[in-house]
Amino acid sequence: MTNFINIVVIISIIIFAFAMLGMIYRVIKGPTLHDRVITLDAFGVTLMGMIGLVSMALDTSYLLVVIMLIGMIGFIATIGFAKFLEKGVIIENDRDNNS
Amino acid sequence: MTEIIIVSLIALFLLAGAFFTLVAAIGVIRLPDTYTRLHAASKSSTLGVGMTLIGVFIYFAYYQAEVDTQLLLAVLFIFISAPVGAHLIARSAFHSDVEPYQLTILNELKRDETGSEVETEETARLKIERSKNKELDD
Repeated sequence: MTNFINIVVIISIIIFAFAMLGMIYRVIKGPTLHDRVITLDAFGVTLMGMIGLVSMALDTSYLLVVIMLIGMIGFIATIGFAKFLEKGVIIENDRDNNS
Repeated sequence: MTEIIIVSLIALFLLAGAFFTLVAAIGVIRLPDTYTRLHAASKSSTLGVGMTLIGVFIYFAYYQAEVDTQLLLAVLFIFISAPVGAHLIARSAFHSDVEPYQLTILNELKRDETGSEVETEETARLKIERSKNKELDD
């Protein structure tokens, strides 16, 4: 039974790796900067699943802490890039008197 | 018997998660403009990784007797944060004048913000014909 799960995990890791390769293609080629940010966001989300699969393949639960961290960092990076690309600033200090 | 059910559940979750992630990657590569790519990248990859992490959770809960709540928390976090991030990026792309695909019929946000002409069915059909002619010319 564990043998069967090992095969499934390896197949899933291969599929995830191909998905990440495709996303890297779009990051390099993407016509606008927004495409790159979107694809990097999806890449981070995919990386979370990849780490879960790798921790299953190595049979340790120490790597599971990293998943949550990568999710948070990816989310904050996406928001920072979105605000920077829209306005040129990330943290607005003069929120009270802007028009 | 229980083990067979648990193992097939884990395999189902992992393979379905890998499938949805692959669909997300194909959508990111193949779709024509930024907004449709955003549609693929945020929804499909969220579902794929959610299913994969649930499979990993079941595996560790059954085989190592280690209920790791961080995984469920991570799934919940992705399901909350991915739509927010996608919405922010779409808004930022629209305000930085990223053009939608040329066959786009109705652009409601542009119509509402600029207050330009109300797009009826007639003008939409004209626009489609124009862009089709343009594609034929190219």
